[in-house]
Order: sequence, then structure tokens, then C-alpha cells
Amino acid sequence: MNNLFLIVLGAMLVNNFVLSQFLGICPFLGVSKKLGSAVGMSLAVTFVMLMATAVTWPIQTFVLDPNDLGYLQTIVFILVIASLVQLVEIVLKRFVPPLHKSLGIYLPLITTNCAVLGVTILNIDEGYDFVSSMANSLGAGLGFLIAMVMFAGVRERLETADIPEGLRGIPSTLIAAALVSLSFFGFQGLFGL
Amino acid sequence: MEAIWLAVGVAAAVAALAGVILAVASVALAVPKDEKVEALREALPGANCGACGFSGCDGYAEAMAHDGAAVGLCSPGGEACVAATSEILGVTGNVVKKTAFVRCGGCDALAPKAFEYIGVPSCAAAVKFYGGDKACSYGCLGYGDCVKVCTFEALSIENGIAKVDASRCVGCGMCATACPKSLLAVADAKTAAVVACNNRDKGAVARKACKTACIGCMKCQKVCEHDAIKVENFLASVDPDKCTGCGKCVEACPQGCVRIVG
Repeated sequence: MNNLFLIVLGAMLVNNFVLSQFLGICPFLGVSKKLGSAVGMSLAVTFVMLMATAVTWPIQTFVLDPNDLGYLQTIVFILVIASLVQLVEIVLKRFVPPLHKSLGIYLPLITTNCAVLGVTILNIDEGYDFVSSMANSLGAGLGFLIAMVMFAGVRERLETADIPEGLRGIPSTLIAAALVSLSFFGFQGLFGL
Repeated sequence: MEAIWLAVGVAAAVAALAGVILAVASVALAVPKDEKVEALREALPGANCGACGFSGCDGYAEAMAHDGAAVGLCSPGGEACVAATSEILGVTGNVVKKTAFVRCGGCDALAPKAFEYIGVPSCAAAVKFYGGDKACSYGCLGYGDCVKVCTFEALSIENGIAKVDASRCVGCGMCATACPKSLLAVADAKTAAVVACNNRDKGAVARKACKTACIGCMKCQKVCEHDAIKVENFLASVDPDKCTGCGKCVEACPQGCVRIVG
């Protein structure tokens, strides 16, 4: 139990996917303009990460590894994640229309989110068992949420700031992202992870 | 050789399985598309301005088809849109044209500034700084947040305050949400008196801040024969349903802040 807690916290803070490992930068910059959509996107990512891990871990362990096909990991995982997201969208649309309405626009974006592929592959590389993999995915998703929410706050302040013309828009956003990332550097070495 | 076939086989099998599952799911779990909603959506202008009070044209089409929302809430679409949507739904309806007006008449010449504001030229930013640079804390700051959000180019800043071009305004109310001082009001477009002031201070204080402020003298209320104008909190307000647009209040107002529009 203690171990799982460490995995979740480690994935959230020490190895934050966006700010320490630089995965999932595209939605981090794209959907962080408003706090509401940032939270929606992050929850959708967390959900898809958990689903993807639940499917890819068994595939790796029971299909690829016994047949010595570890090198197929990337292509098979991409395939599985893409179809899984589509399936989730269809199911949500049919059975949970309100949730589909709030997550709907973000789901297709997640299909190609490298953070989702990243967490599934890292789970295998770290040699986690199924439960630890799920914990790691949860931590990664929550870490994504923290990064998005924090950065949405920063960007809402940037909107009304008087920035020199050459740095308006993307340049100032990237500088702000670098500073936020730097602040997460402070978590390195926490719990000796 | 065998290894290659195995790899190709596994990848193909996973792909085929995913494909079959998706194909089955998309047929078995398909949500029937409502043709009525699609047709209604086509008939709406697609500006997504929110004048109807719904989340956008999609939301309004959905509400008309299922929740019995009234036709004719779309003021940008006008008569053509009402005719088209009524035909699809088999009902009759007419559109009420709405328009926005600015509840402030304190142009640069009449309303002095309290201090010089140097900062981001936006009302929202200026308000955060001691409520803005105008001596009257209720008045239009004139940095044009309303102009920026107007999709229909109906607003402009003239002599330091916002001005509505009634011929272009469709009454969507985007400016009313954007104005940090809530100075823009959307009402049915008809000939009626409006009070171009939002100052709720006592007469003497209001007069010091702006030469055309409503001082709550009650003259308009006394002169009105239709009981349409009321003074509360030192500020007159007109009930548009009762107002006939006779113009007596305009003549009576010593400050010149009551006007006839439409």
C-alpha cells in the first residue's frame, strides 16, 4: 500500500509527465487557455490513461512477451489506444450523453496524445505489475491535471499582462511554461525516488 | 522467416480485432441522428452568438426540437430564420428585434477623469485599478471591451464612451456580458425613453462626478402620465412596457440624461 502511494506521488510530482518528462506538451499548450477546459481535458486524459493501461498491460504480458515480440510494443499500443479511445467515445455517447458532451471534444485529441502512449510504455519498462501500473497511470493523470490547472492560472494572468509585442502569444507562453517546469525541478529527489 | 510471419500475424490480428470491435460497436451502439435538429441547425445563422439564451446554434436547435423552446428567439437570423424554423416545426411565430444601449452619457467633455491611467487599454484591466480612471465610478471607461466582443461591428467608442449603432445591433447581448460596469442593457427595440446613466450616488455627489449624471430629482417621475418612470436609489429607470415614448420626461430632465431611442 505504501509502495503504491509512493508510485502515485512519484508520477504526480517527481516525474510529472508534462513538466519533468515533457510528454503531452501539445494539449498542455493548446487547451490550457481556460481553467474549465483545462480541467475537462485533464480528467479525460486521466480516464484514458487508466483504460489504456488496463488494456495494454495484459497485451504486453500475455501476448507480446511470450512470443518474444517486445519490439512490436509501439505499433500495437498505438493501435490499441486509438481504437480504445474511439470505443470509449461511442460508448459514452450512447450511455452517458452528459459526460460525452463535456469530454467529447477532447477525446479525439487524446488519441494522439503522447502522454498516454508514454505512460503505457513506461509501465512496462519499469517492470510494474498490473496494480502498480494502474497506480502509476493514475498518478500520471493527476500530475497532468496539476500541471494543466496551474498553467491555466498562469495563462489567465498572461492574458491581461502588458507584454512586449515580439513576445506576445506563443513565445511568452513557452517562457512561462519553462518557468513552471523549473519550479517542478524542486521535487527531484523527493522520497529518494 | 517464421518470426516475421508471427510479428505480422500478431499485429494484423490486433488490428483486425480492434476494427471488428469498433465496427460492431458503431452499429450496435449508434445514436439515431435527429433529422429535425439537423434541419433546424441548418436554418439558423450559425453565428453562435448566444442571443437566444442557449449555448449556441446547436443548443438552440436541440432545445427547439425537444424542449419546446420558442421560435423567434434568434434575433440575428431575423424574419427569414423565423419563417424557416417555424416551417420545420409546423408552428407560427414572430421575432422581436432587440437592441443594446449604453446606460452612460458621460463623454469626455461632461465627465472628468479622476486620474491618468497608463496600463493595458482594456476596461477589465482598468476596473481593477481603483475601479477605473473616471471620476464617476459607475460610468463608461471607454477602453472598448464591448467593441472587441461585438461580432456585428455595431459598437464604437465616440468621445470616450461606447456608442451603439442601432441599425447594425442584433441584440445578442455579448457586449452586456463583456462590460465590467454592466452598462450595456439589451431591450426590445421600440420607441421609448431610456436613462443614459447608471450613477446611484446622491444628487450632489453625482453632479460633481459628471455633468449629465442622473441626480434623482424625481422630475421625470412626476411628469410621466403613464407611470412608466421610477426613481430608486437616486437613479431613474424606465419600464419599457408602460413607456409610450411621448418624450415629456426628456423635456423635464435638468441633466439631459433621459433620451428617446428607436
